[in-house]
Amino acid sequence: MELSIISLILLYYLKRPMGLITVSPEWKRLFNSGMVLAGVLLILASVKIPLISHLATIISFLVAALIVYLVLKNEELHHRKGMIYAWLPIIVINFLGELTLLISPDFYDSWENYFNITEFFAFMWAIVMWINNTKQRKALEAEKLKALQREEKYKITESIKEQLEKQVIERTAELTAQKNDLEKALHDLKATQDQLVHAEKMASLGELTAGIAHEIQNPLNFVNNFSEVSNELLAELKEELEKGNTAEALEIAVDVSSNLEKISHHGKRAESIVKGMLQHSRTNTGEKVETDLNQLADEYLRLSYHGLRAKDKSFTADFKLHADPNLPKIPVIHQDIGRVLLNLINNGFYAAAEKKNQLKEAKDPLAESFIPKVTVETKALKNSVEISIEDNGPGIPAEIQSKIFQPFFTTKPTGKGTGLGLSMSYEIITKGHGGKLSVSSKPGLFTKFIITIPQV
Amino acid sequence: MKILIVDDERDVEDLFRQKFRKEVRSGDLELAFAFSGDEALKILSADNPPKVVYVFSDINMPGMTGLELLDKIKERFPHIQVSMISAYGDQENFKKAMDSGAKEFFTKPIDFISLKKEIGKLIDKHNS
Ligand SMILES: [Mg+2]
Repeated sequence: MELSIISLILLYYLKRPMGLITVSPEWKRLFNSGMVLAGVLLILASVKIPLISHLATIISFLVAALIVYLVLKNEELHHRKGMIYAWLPIIVINFLGELTLLISPDFYDSWENYFNITEFFAFMWAIVMWINNTKQRKALEAEKLKALQREEKYKITESIKEQLEKQVIERTAELTAQKNDLEKALHDLKATQDQLVHAEKMASLGELTAGIAHEIQNPLNFVNNFSEVSNELLAELKEELEKGNTAEALEIAVDVSSNLEKISHHGKRAESIVKGMLQHSRTNTGEKVETDLNQLADEYLRLSYHGLRAKDKSFTADFKLHADPNLPKIPVIHQDIGRVLLNLINNGFYAAAEKKNQLKEAKDPLAESFIPKVTVETKALKNSVEISIEDNGPGIPAEIQSKIFQPFFTTKPTGKGTGLGLSMSYEIITKGHGGKLSVSSKPGLFTKFIITIPQV
Repeated sequence: MKILIVDDERDVEDLFRQKFRKEVRSGDLELAFAFSGDEALKILSADNPPKVVYVFSDINMPGMTGLELLDKIKERFPHIQVSMISAYGDQENFKKAMDSGAKEFFTKPIDFISLKKEIGKLIDKHNS
């Protein structure tokens, strides 16, 4: 009878989940059937009908044995092994007791006390085992819970990782788009810069044209004048010869021949100006040619002066070139250095004229006698050539000096300068010729730009 | 009769000397040359009273311009006549020169026929 109760209890626990472990529905169904069977056996065993109750008792032995066997043999039920071990002594004692009772009730009666004591110990065993099992089970569950938490953490980490990866991909795409935008902007900027450089070239060419016209007109006048006067002289020479004045005739002949030289000289002068103008506007070939910087400085000093003079009739200024006769020819990009010279000289004239205007506006008595002046000086140094352009204008304040080579920096009124002249000059001297462009100035007195170009 | 020609282009001297060769040889005309306003004033101040009776000046010169020189001559030597010779024959320059008391205004390239006429008149006046 007790065995059926034990079977019921075992089956009840078997079908219930242990912590997080559950048994499959098939097992559950089997355990439920087992419980029904155990219940029926319990009733049959307790009604004490001879033979039937004995048979029920024997079947309940088998049921208990089957439970023990199934739990110990099946992996899936191993988590209940502890429970089986706890109950096994009671089952065995009960089995032996019932068996003894079936075979020899007398023997059982005389040994009943021992059976009871054994049963008590088995019962104690079961309780101890049960407590122990519970502890173990709790530890196991804690372990399992930890594993689950670890798994959960891992899942979270994975999802964060995934999210991060997604973000990285998104950011990468964003950055790539940004990079492309920037590249395009840079490309546009470069194109704009090219346009500006071209505009600056054209603007400075515009500044040149008036000067060029004057500078060409002058030698052309001489060419015309000297050829005309030579014609007249030849007529006079003929007259003198007819009169027999040989000495006089010889003198005239010397003049005529000197005139022819002058014609050729002025013709070449005009030619070089036209060449210079063409070179100035031509796209940069980047080719360096041995150049006489004295001649170049002289040319651009005059072009600049006459250009400004032609544009503004009230403009008056003095200019001087102190050319070092020992200046070596050095390889430079002709039109680039020409642009730099023109720019610096124009700036000089502009600044010096500005000083006169300032004095006039301030009703300064010195205004009348002040003569704006630009002085260009060339000097052969040990391994380089120096060209300085100095004006007696208002000077450049120290705090602005560091900015003047920046693109678009201009102190001229809007529309008067592109603001690119100095930055372009700086580029040409430093990058284009490996030289230096520096400025020194005393406010109120002068500004001096110094170009240094290495000889090699 | 002495005249002074002021121009920053040095070849002007040879040109004038050859153009007025006959007049110079005959002694009717004496030519002096200056290549800047300052130099011209120096020459004019060298003799007292100055021998120069007429000045032909270029306008476009570095330093003192021809118009400034004109003012200075008219201020210091009011009896000396001054004519301008300029590459820029614009109204502005012309008006300024005339207002300052210039006698004639010649444009470059110099029309030597009219210039010779002007100088011929001078010589005639001087000799009479
Ligand atoms: Mg001139």
